Amino acid sequence: MAYYISLYISLAIFAIGLIYKIATWFFLKTSVDSKTIPTAKRVSSALKGIISTIFSSKVLTLVKVFFLDVILQRKVLHEDSFRWLTHILIYGAFMLLLFMHALDKFITSAIFTDYLPTLNPFLFLRDFFGALVIIGICMAIYRRFILKAPRLKTNPMDIYAIILLAIIMASGILLEGTKIGSYSVYKQMVADYADIEEEEELKALTAFWVKEFGTVAPDLKKPFDTELLEEGSEVHEMSCAGCHSRAQWAFVGYSVAFASRGVALSLDRTGIHTLLWYIHFLACFIGLAYLPFSKFFHIITSPLSLLANSVMDKRGSESANIATRQALELDACTHCGQCTSRCSVGVIFEQIQNINILPSEKIQSLKRIVSGKETDEKGLKLILVGTSLCTNCHRCTDVCPAGINLEELWFNMREVLFQKDYQEFSVLSPLSFYRGLMKEGIRQGDYKRPLDLAREAIAAESDLMKNQVKNLTLTRPDREIQGMLGLSDQVSTFKECFACQTCTNVCPVVANYENPMEILGMLPHQIMHAVGLGVRDLAFGSNMIWDCVTCYQCQEQCPQGVRVTEVLFELKNLAIRNVYNLC
Amino acid sequence: MDGKAIMKFALFLGCTIPARLPQYESSSRSVLGKLGVELVNIKEFNCCGYPLRNINFKAAVLSSARNLALAERESLNILVLCKCGFGMLKHAAHFMKEIPALRKEINAILKKEGLTYEGDIEIKHLLSVLYHDVGVEVIKEKITKPYTKLKIAAHYGCHALRPKEILQFDDPVNPTLFDNLVGLTGAESIDWEARLDCCGAPLFGSNDDLSMDLTAKKLANAKQSGADYLCDACAYCHIQLDTVQGMLNKARGGNHLLPAILYPQLLGLSLGIDSVTLGLSMNKIDITSVEKYLSI
Repeated sequence: MAYYISLYISLAIFAIGLIYKIATWFFLKTSVDSKTIPTAKRVSSALKGIISTIFSSKVLTLVKVFFLDVILQRKVLHEDSFRWLTHILIYGAFMLLLFMHALDKFITSAIFTDYLPTLNPFLFLRDFFGALVIIGICMAIYRRFILKAPRLKTNPMDIYAIILLAIIMASGILLEGTKIGSYSVYKQMVADYADIEEEEELKALTAFWVKEFGTVAPDLKKPFDTELLEEGSEVHEMSCAGCHSRAQWAFVGYSVAFASRGVALSLDRTGIHTLLWYIHFLACFIGLAYLPFSKFFHIITSPLSLLANSVMDKRGSESANIATRQALELDACTHCGQCTSRCSVGVIFEQIQNINILPSEKIQSLKRIVSGKETDEKGLKLILVGTSLCTNCHRCTDVCPAGINLEELWFNMREVLFQKDYQEFSVLSPLSFYRGLMKEGIRQGDYKRPLDLAREAIAAESDLMKNQVKNLTLTRPDREIQGMLGLSDQVSTFKECFACQTCTNVCPVVANYENPMEILGMLPHQIMHAVGLGVRDLAFGSNMIWDCVTCYQCQEQCPQGVRVTEVLFELKNLAIRNVYNLC
Repeated sequence: MDGKAIMKFALFLGCTIPARLPQYESSSRSVLGKLGVELVNIKEFNCCGYPLRNINFKAAVLSSARNLALAERESLNILVLCKCGFGMLKHAAHFMKEIPALRKEINAILKKEGLTYEGDIEIKHLLSVLYHDVGVEVIKEKITKPYTKLKIAAHYGCHALRPKEILQFDDPVNPTLFDNLVGLTGAESIDWEARLDCCGAPLFGSNDDLSMDLTAKKLANAKQSGADYLCDACAYCHIQLDTVQGMLNKARGGNHLLPAILYPQLLGLSLGIDSVTLGLSMNKIDITSVEKYLSI
């Protein structure tokens, strides 16, 4: 009764969760474009897309991807054979347990008409698959908690998943082990299946089971005499053998029974196997109900993501379908950390402690933004900074075992966050190169906005630049600024500058303008001089430092050996540090 | 000295080439393979640090130094295709050598991954390897289809040339290395005023007008000087002179394109390597007609 009630409750929660999650794929917005596409359009485009794909040659691609990437996990194998083995053991053997053991009434009995869970090969296979899952779980624990790959993060969801799986497996094995040793279970089986009338026969059978099957019976102790055992063997052959293979074949459960044989009788009296049975099926049902909201949801979403991405691309696919796919992708992440381990800029997390630099964490943050859970301005700014510190090298996307187009997610989310008008200086670095190449896909106003905002922030730094007629009053040099310069060697060479203007004269940026000061503010030699005087406003407030092409002409040609380009680099670093410190 | 033993490098591709310029990788691999240079792939290589220089000096050096440490662990010198990457790795090696406190700090971070950088390896750009390690004579011997009447404007690229004290690539004022390499193929490396100027790439995405101004000037000067093609050997320069040139023409209404060819593509054809391997059709501005200049 409790079994069926909890089964139906968990099935209902599972179904509602699944429907809710699928619905979110059609209304969550991951990009600027998706904001203008209504849900109805996304649903109809998806249906149209799916149907036209199935009835085209692309279906061959789908079949191939299903076998190589979904079933055989080719991408994981390619990157990390240890993790591949871990995952194959867990998912492969767990699926087999699910079909052969949990759904035996529907699947196994339908295929094998003589199926009985107590008969070989089923008795053996159940334990064999169980052992494989346990090895897999141990390997997963080893990877996450002992091996500690650099920058691999473990979050509560990962831990819940491992714990839930471990409870299901452990309760199953303990249940089997206690049942093997249990006298009450044995008696029940005799009552149900054996046709024994005489007391002597029963005694003989019990002796046989105690000796051969690991049953622990009261009042019966080894060694038994041969005659009794022979008789027991006969009764066994007649009444039991047809339906029950030797318990040793269930080698994991048998080991538990063997190890606990000393306390088996007292355990049996407490009815422990009933308790374990409740734990086992409840854990399974909790897993089922929790599935749409947990890491295990990837069982459904990762294959969908792999399949969708194999037949979709940015140019050929409808933007409505890309919006839907991206929302689905957020659910497809398994937080395996493959992207982070191969991230081109992952290592800088050691220097810039923003978790959103790491792709595996960035996608968690995006999930929160998209579902409206991240509204804190500081948090959003941190995510924008982390999302901007990306070289668009595409490696995260190439290695993602769930096939998620991560790079496109980052790109779209960056644009969404830019619309919040936060000042973000990394747009004024070569990290923007890719954004420039992709600008045809961005509305012109949206493209320029973050750049203008960053420029405004620079201008805001400098009161002096705004008021050019004002004479500089003589003040003490800002030693702090000078002191902060000097990350790279010899930046302090700015002290040697005698303002000969060679740097400015050879600068291709200065040469590009008729009236360079109007556009650029201070020119290179003036900036060197401003730093020498410690005038903060003039040093930071010039567009010149951000418009430097880093061609090193100034530095190469300076007669005084001033590392002009290095000084400009460091001024940029300081300006950015000030902004980052704010968020 | 065993020449073959020395000509083995860890190939550093960086972020841009695998994602956006695969023809630079395939053409370089085929050319280097033909000339007996062995390349080792180090999967763990990461960003060279170049795009991070504006943002955080230590993050940039850390990123770079991790690559250097990875190559050092394999006792391999590094061959870099991109000049921005080359410049950054050389700078990082310089900073790590000259600033003991920085070296200590960076190595302490690297140690968490079991890495360390002591400064025992060399960092070389593709062009240097071809010129100094393979050698002009060896290349000359292997050229089976020299070009005739082809005028090339060789674009040197700032981040390999300056500052010389760190990069040691060639004379920063009057370099000849690239011109000589172009000359080997039978093409004429023309003299042009803007040959050492910036391509504009470092500002593309942050100040497109200025970036394109610099590109336009460079292209106009090369064209005026009679060039048929620009030739480059850097990921950023090439995308700027190829993809961005296309965008520039669209934005500013020009229609006189000056196609850019990667040096290993140019050299590869004259070595008899097929155009598919060299990825000729993958350039945004068509360069396939360069084959007409081949003499055989």
